[in-house]
Amino acid sequence: MENLIALLVAAPLVGAALLLCGGTRLDRAGHWIGSLLAVASFAVGVVLFAGMLGRDAGHRALHQHLFSWIPVGGFRADVAFQLDQLSMTFVLLITGVGSLIHIYSIGYMEHDARRRRFFGYLNLFLAAMLLLVLADNYVLLYVGWEGVGLASYLLIGFWQHKPSAATAAKKAFLVNRVGDMGLSIAIMLMFTTFGTFAFGPVLAATGQTSEGKLTAIGLMLLLAACGKSAQVPLQSWLGDAMEGPTPVSALIHAATMVTAGVYLITRSGALFNAAPDAQTAVVAVGAVTLLFGAIVGCAKDDIKKALAGSTMSQIGYMVLAAGLGPVGYAFAIMHLVTHGFFKAGLFLGAGSVMHGMNDEVDMRRYGGLRKYMPVTFVTFGLGYLAIIGFPGLSGFFSKDKIIEAAFARGGTEGWILGGTALLGAAITAFYMTRVMLMTFFGEERWRNAPTPSPDRPSAEPAAETRGEYAPPHPHESPKVMTVPMIVLAVGSVFAGGLFSIGDAFVGWLEPVTSFSHGHSPVSAGVVTAATMVVLVIGVGLAWLMYGRRPVPATAPRGSLLTRAARRDLLQDDFNHVVLVRGGEHLTRTLVYLDHSLVDGAVNGTAAAMGGLSGRLRRLQTGFVRSYAVQMLGGAAVLVAATLLMRGV
Amino acid sequence: MNPVYYLYLAALLFTIGAAGVLIRRNAIVVFMCIELMLNACNLAFVTFSRMHGNLDGQIIAFFTMVVAAAEVVVGLAIIVSIFRTRHSASVDDASLMKL
Repeated sequence: MENLIALLVAAPLVGAALLLCGGTRLDRAGHWIGSLLAVASFAVGVVLFAGMLGRDAGHRALHQHLFSWIPVGGFRADVAFQLDQLSMTFVLLITGVGSLIHIYSIGYMEHDARRRRFFGYLNLFLAAMLLLVLADNYVLLYVGWEGVGLASYLLIGFWQHKPSAATAAKKAFLVNRVGDMGLSIAIMLMFTTFGTFAFGPVLAATGQTSEGKLTAIGLMLLLAACGKSAQVPLQSWLGDAMEGPTPVSALIHAATMVTAGVYLITRSGALFNAAPDAQTAVVAVGAVTLLFGAIVGCAKDDIKKALAGSTMSQIGYMVLAAGLGPVGYAFAIMHLVTHGFFKAGLFLGAGSVMHGMNDEVDMRRYGGLRKYMPVTFVTFGLGYLAIIGFPGLSGFFSKDKIIEAAFARGGTEGWILGGTALLGAAITAFYMTRVMLMTFFGEERWRNAPTPSPDRPSAEPAAETRGEYAPPHPHESPKVMTVPMIVLAVGSVFAGGLFSIGDAFVGWLEPVTSFSHGHSPVSAGVVTAATMVVLVIGVGLAWLMYGRRPVPATAPRGSLLTRAARRDLLQDDFNHVVLVRGGEHLTRTLVYLDHSLVDGAVNGTAAAMGGLSGRLRRLQTGFVRSYAVQMLGGAAVLVAATLLMRGV
Repeated sequence: MNPVYYLYLAALLFTIGAAGVLIRRNAIVVFMCIELMLNACNLAFVTFSRMHGNLDGQIIAFFTMVVAAAEVVVGLAIIVSIFRTRHSASVDDASLMKL
């Protein structure tokens, strides 16, 4: 059974190698090979899952040791896999949702000349992510972590002929590097503290280590998680990452990449449990991000960017839950899985809408599409109901538990966190309803030619103003795209309920993450009722603003907050002023110091030596007799010195 | 006879030799003055050998003679070749080795 674990990673890795090195002769079959290998990996995952269910809870974890990678003295890094309940959950999510996205991409990328390469990158993405969740030590995890970064760079910049896509890819890569630096520092600290990287020994040794060191490691791990999971302050890459093809957005947001941070924190749970200060930082980051993302999501007119804000916010929920400790780990992962279903479904739905609308992304140019795309409408609608937490659907079960756990933190902190989570739920309901209403309801705004707005110049004003405006012909997408959407919609509806029957999911994860019931100051029923109330308020407000009134085809100027949110709450301006300008000033100062101090010292020494030797040169007259005088003088000095020394 | 007188003589000879090296320009004379200094040293060695009653000084004197003989061979050859090229035996004329 253990020997199958390597196969999970190997299948997509072989696919990536084949597709990227195979050349154009694979162009016609490339997408099938890529999808087949992703499905094969999923099949292996299911077999392993069935085997795991067959064993009792204490013996479910499997280990596979492939080879010693870097054995140098006390430093020992192995290529070894560990498949426990947590990894299994991720494997099924990654390969399952990943396979669906592969299949969807067959249709979505049909007209792209570089489809084979696209599938190679997708496979690479899956392989890296699987390596990340299957590694049994932090160094191998780091390999997967970097692989994910590379694959995301390649995919976000897939349409590299667009300068915006190339820039977005670079931005994602660079911002991720900041987080990666945190992870590498954390790993180095682990080595000096524990002398090993393997999960088992490191997490078992947290009890005997000083809290200060654990806090330092925890904060560095949090930095890493912020980078990959797009949490404040490293969130800025996520919105721009929408430049990639839509299936990539679905993959990044649902199955891979952004979930890596939550995985890292949950995997290192024992470490965070022993470092309460680091946990508080995790909770704070999660709470801030869930509001940040939600507010950004409210203001975006680009359907994908609105969904990106939503992802940021939902990952904020997960990080918040993971920061709460054993009360929240299981719910963080549960929300991650349900979110994987509905967010993948929403993104694929958005892709389907764009597919039928000539790649238009501005929701103000949509409207009334439910008649033209019934399947997309229904699947997107179910994903929408799931994400806002409509009773009975997936999001309801997972999000409700997180809000409860936030209240259970106790004291003022508990009220603040719980309140934040509730507010986030209200805003989620608002912006998702807004997306829904602007896209599928209301008048058909795409029939009229766009009028350029003063705030946001239209994407291609020249093409549209020159000739006759040709409205798009919205149509339903082909089966190869709609079937994955239907499967994901089914998951969005039932996953949460299924997990919650008899606390099945919590019980499943308990051996890995441990679990404790918190003592909430408010009862579960009250929390659920409050969630329902804010849900109704959010939906109602959105309906008042976007359902009852017609949506203007050009964005109104909006309030100060709206305008700030459209610019991603000034994140890029902040980065520019503080980091870019600051960095420029710093480097200029350093260059100046280098020139004046370092070079000055070196050049000064050289000049002094030159001058001195120029003077000494004069002694070399060439006259033998002057040398003889010097020798005689020298000998006389030596003799005198000897005599003096003897005299003392 | 007090051996110290031999030391006085050796010092006198050495001084004369050193002064000759410093003052005279003719290479041959400079050369002879160097020989004078070497022999002054030899005298001092031998005297000390006698004074302290061991043979080390006399042995070193033999070494000095061998070195002096070799030096004379090389030195004279150099002087002769310089004289052939420059038609002068003045040491001040051969002062090209400078910066």
